[in-house]
Amino acid sequence: MAVEGDLVAMGQFIGAGLACTGMGGAAVGVGHVVGNYLSGALRNPAAAAGQTATMFIGIAFAEALGIFSFLVALLLMFAL
Amino acid sequence: MAGEATGGGLNIDPMSQFVVKVPSWLGGGNVEWYSITNVTLWMGLTVLAIAGLLIFGTRRRAIVPNRSQSIAEVIYGFIHSMVEDIAGKEGLKFFPYIFTIFMFILVANVLGLLPMSFTTTSHIAVTALMAVAIFIAVTILGFVKNGTKFLSLFWISSAPLPLRPILAIIELISYFVRPISHSIRLAGNMMAGHALVKVFAGFAGALGIFGVFPVLAVAILYPLETLVAVIQAYVFTILTCVYLNDALHPHH
Repeated sequence: MAVEGDLVAMGQFIGAGLACTGMGGAAVGVGHVVGNYLSGALRNPAAAAGQTATMFIGIAFAEALGIFSFLVALLLMFAL
Repeated sequence: MAGEATGGGLNIDPMSQFVVKVPSWLGGGNVEWYSITNVTLWMGLTVLAIAGLLIFGTRRRAIVPNRSQSIAEVIYGFIHSMVEDIAGKEGLKFFPYIFTIFMFILVANVLGLLPMSFTTTSHIAVTALMAVAIFIAVTILGFVKNGTKFLSLFWISSAPLPLRPILAIIELISYFVRPISHSIRLAGNMMAGHALVKVFAGFAGALGIFGVFPVLAVAILYPLETLVAVIQAYVFTILTCVYLNDALHPHH
């Protein structure tokens, strides 16, 4: 029954790798937030300093969804 | 979590740095509930470093501050204005707690960057404790301050009526997911960064003369990790302030 165990391990690793692709979406989201902040800040530099906190909150919320895919990958690797 | 990435002739084991163990000079052996592990040790050093900075920094209270006094004052003023900006005047009552959290995470992250040290915040057990404590505290605070009006956080009155039940479910899910994302963001960033540096350091040992390139990569990654350490402490604190603001002013 060694084959069965290998198959399960293979499924775990492939699943964890696939789950990590979700983090790419978080990367796109974070890049979008910061890019838009920067383009806004270059148009109106006077208002930029007051909005950095908002930018970080936006980054955190965009990143949270990538964290869930990371969580799934962690669960597949270590919790099953 | 140890021993996942060995193979291919390269002796790279990036996860072994996160193993909780009793240091050999403290007796070694198994980890019991009373034993002083490397986590306990580095948490203690973190607390000592913070206490040292704040006590010795504010001892003289000179009008023209010296170096440690300016550091203490800048961090204090930065967190104070952040709490006031995001959570409002009422949030300042909770400033000592938020300042404690920020200092602990910041110093733990930065101490973790020392070679051969242990990053306590790379463990989900450590960050989840802080995140769940904040989650429970904020939920109780919301109900104590606002009573049942706290539930208007989930019932968005500015949205069209047919949409509100759907939005309520989404808001409810996103509320209960908060401690998970809050804790894994910090632990994951710390763990991934340190594992990445360790992988590159492992390449340097395996490549011989060409090991100069991975060492250069580590030299480039290291400031990035320092930046991440500070930013993640900031993000953890700012999200605490946002959650506190939701509890104090639950109107959308």
